[in-house]
Amino acid sequence: MKIYATYNIKGGVGKTTTAVNLAYLAATESKLRTVLWDLDPQGAASFMFRVKPRVKGGGKALIRGTRALDDAIKGTDFDNLDLIPADFTYRNMDLLLDSAGGKPGRKLAKLLAPLAAEYDAMFLDCPPGISLVSENVLHAADVIVVPLIPTTLSVRTLDQLTEFVAEFDGRRPDVLAFFSMVDRRKKLHREITENFSSERARVAATFVPYLAVVENMSVQRAPVTVFAPRSSAARAYRALWSEIQDRAE
Amino acid sequence: MTTPGLAGFIASGEDSQTCDVVVAEVLEALGQGFELLPERGVPRGGRRRTWFDTFDWRLYRAGLTLEYAAAHRGGELRLTGASPYGDAVQPVTGWQASRPHQLRDLPDGPIATSISGVVAPRALLPEVTVTGTTAAYRLLNEDGKTVARLLVEYPAVAAGDVRLPPRLTITEVRGYLTQARRAARIIAGIPGVRPVTQPLLADALHAIGRYPGDYSNKVAANITGRMPAAEAAATILLRLLDTVEANVPGVLRDVDTEFLHDLRVSVRRSRSALKLFGDALTAPLAAPGTALTGRKLARFAAEFKWVGDLTTPTRDLDVHLLDFEDTARTLRAAKPDDLEPFRAYLKQRRVREFRVLARGLRSPRFVTLTRDWRERLTAIRDSAIAGTAGTVRSGQSRRAAVETTGTLAADRTRLAFAKVAKRGAAITPASPHDSLHDLRKRCKELRYALEFFAPLYPADSYGAVLADLKRLQDCLGEFQDTEVQIGEIRALATSMLAADEAPAVTLLAMGEVTAWLAARQQAAREDFVRRFAAFAGVDGQRRMAALLRGGTA
Repeated sequence: MKIYATYNIKGGVGKTTTAVNLAYLAATESKLRTVLWDLDPQGAASFMFRVKPRVKGGGKALIRGTRALDDAIKGTDFDNLDLIPADFTYRNMDLLLDSAGGKPGRKLAKLLAPLAAEYDAMFLDCPPGISLVSENVLHAADVIVVPLIPTTLSVRTLDQLTEFVAEFDGRRPDVLAFFSMVDRRKKLHREITENFSSERARVAATFVPYLAVVENMSVQRAPVTVFAPRSSAARAYRALWSEIQDRAE
Repeated sequence: MTTPGLAGFIASGEDSQTCDVVVAEVLEALGQGFELLPERGVPRGGRRRTWFDTFDWRLYRAGLTLEYAAAHRGGELRLTGASPYGDAVQPVTGWQASRPHQLRDLPDGPIATSISGVVAPRALLPEVTVTGTTAAYRLLNEDGKTVARLLVEYPAVAAGDVRLPPRLTITEVRGYLTQARRAARIIAGIPGVRPVTQPLLADALHAIGRYPGDYSNKVAANITGRMPAAEAAATILLRLLDTVEANVPGVLRDVDTEFLHDLRVSVRRSRSALKLFGDALTAPLAAPGTALTGRKLARFAAEFKWVGDLTTPTRDLDVHLLDFEDTARTLRAAKPDDLEPFRAYLKQRRVREFRVLARGLRSPRFVTLTRDWRERLTAIRDSAIAGTAGTVRSGQSRRAAVETTGTLAADRTRLAFAKVAKRGAAITPASPHDSLHDLRKRCKELRYALEFFAPLYPADSYGAVLADLKRLQDCLGEFQDTEVQIGEIRALATSMLAADEAPAVTLLAMGEVTAWLAARQQAAREDFVRRFAAFAGVDGQRRMAALLRGGTA
């Protein structure tokens, strides 16, 4: 099972739309048995798949292992794609991870291991910020997909993340950023996307433009490929997914 | 992800219109509990499925189902059931659903691996073909989330276009079991809906007047211990005649070798039955014109001997050809290829012999035999049932007329066992081969006697006696079969030489085969004493006595 995490310290950069669309493509087009864990207590990914953001026993039961992760899984409307819903108690996940015993930074990786038999791909949709949760996610993931808004400040956060990951002992995830919410009308967006992608190996050639159809996902409550399969947004996510897979090979 | 069907239902009705009404009611009721949407991207129909099995249902008996689904290009085979490889799906090209298929037609893969041990040497025959359309629906909750799926299938048997009642399957979406159960409860509450109790295959077979396992080469006649002996005797013989006749078309089409084998076994059993209790048929007849005299009985027995003899040459060649690969593997000095001219010769001989056999089975003589035999047996059975039995004609056995099946079975089986015990005990290492051959025949008679009356015995003691007898028979069979094969190979070598079709290496290889057969024969002879003691020693005699007591009780 390959674990992908969508992560950025900043919020509102398109983490959830990325996780939702990539997971959908992995399941339906790459035919991988896929599960997405909506770790964000806001539950936006759960909402998009029309699954209630509720887990019996809350995050506590899952982290402490009193309830198997397997029990919390919900089937989405799509073949091969399942979801572990968000729960409002995830807002305390830092505390839960810290008090659960063992290495607090590796707890999540341990929890996910049993799912490897059932799934080929897992997507972790992370809440923003630097916390014990994000540390856990970074340790568990094979690939960190980082959506970036093309601004100078935003790009600096990628460097911070790369440095943080480089200090990991042993296994380190592959970090791959891509420009998200790109507005071609803005000069700065144009310059940064054009320069950065060619300068840095960690930045994908694909970028996802700022499009109303992406925002529309929360109205349609479905991945963009489902309700607008020929849109440029759908094309961009397809290209991004294939770039991620090519890099993984 | 969705899991396989949670609950299956049948929308039953007197005709297809009432069935459709039931389906409409189901959809309406589900529509009140859920939002119901047609599933996109599910092909509505045109799916054509054919189930395959051997003539004697070997897959079914092993708990397996083999289904072929035709597709636009090629098609796929699907094996389900208790296979060690789990359910398997395999694409096949050029597969004709309407024809029998040999195992070698199956492409290599999990299906061939799973079933070849079960099926060989039989062919796979199409049992029934079902066509039909399907409609799929999604059941949504108040969030518009799919919580279950409904599949409605409208199957029809292709032959005669017989419509089968629609099948409804509710499938759970993971994590929404409660909702799927609720949907299943709604469906179950609709009048005219009943739970699925048997697979579609069984429904389809039923529609064409068949059922899984409807052929078996076992005797399994419907008899009881209290039945008049004449009725049981006729019932057993009618059952054997059924088996003979059931196999004739398969023999004539030369589908696989086992049709002929089963036919021969039933003929042999019929002859043994006549020997064992033929007198039960001659005694009880009262109705003028239906009487079966001893002379007539002997005439039928002679005719069945003719059928047996007619089938022997082809079967002997079949045995050689079936064993060919195994035999070729035993060669030490010669190469397996050296035997190829021998195989070619066997095949050529078989073509000739098969022609003679087919002519015989199509002849008026054979047709008359089976027709007359059926008429006679039916008359005897019916008169025994009607209670006209019992009038003893002069010169006939009074005892046979009045006895029940229970006493007949015990009496004749005991006699057959006594013969085996006596003749077997007389065999020493110095005894001629013929004495073992003779014992083999007596063992066969005893085996048949046990099998004919099997329904009368308790299963466990019957099984124990039969297992020992089987082992003894295997040993005697090995002894005689190897001798027959040695003789045949010698004769074939002579005729191949005469026909100028025998390369020297082939004759040498054939010589090696006979040497190997002789070694096997010797081993069987050495094994005999132990096998015989196990079956007919003191313990064996006690087991047999207990069995017969249980049977007549």
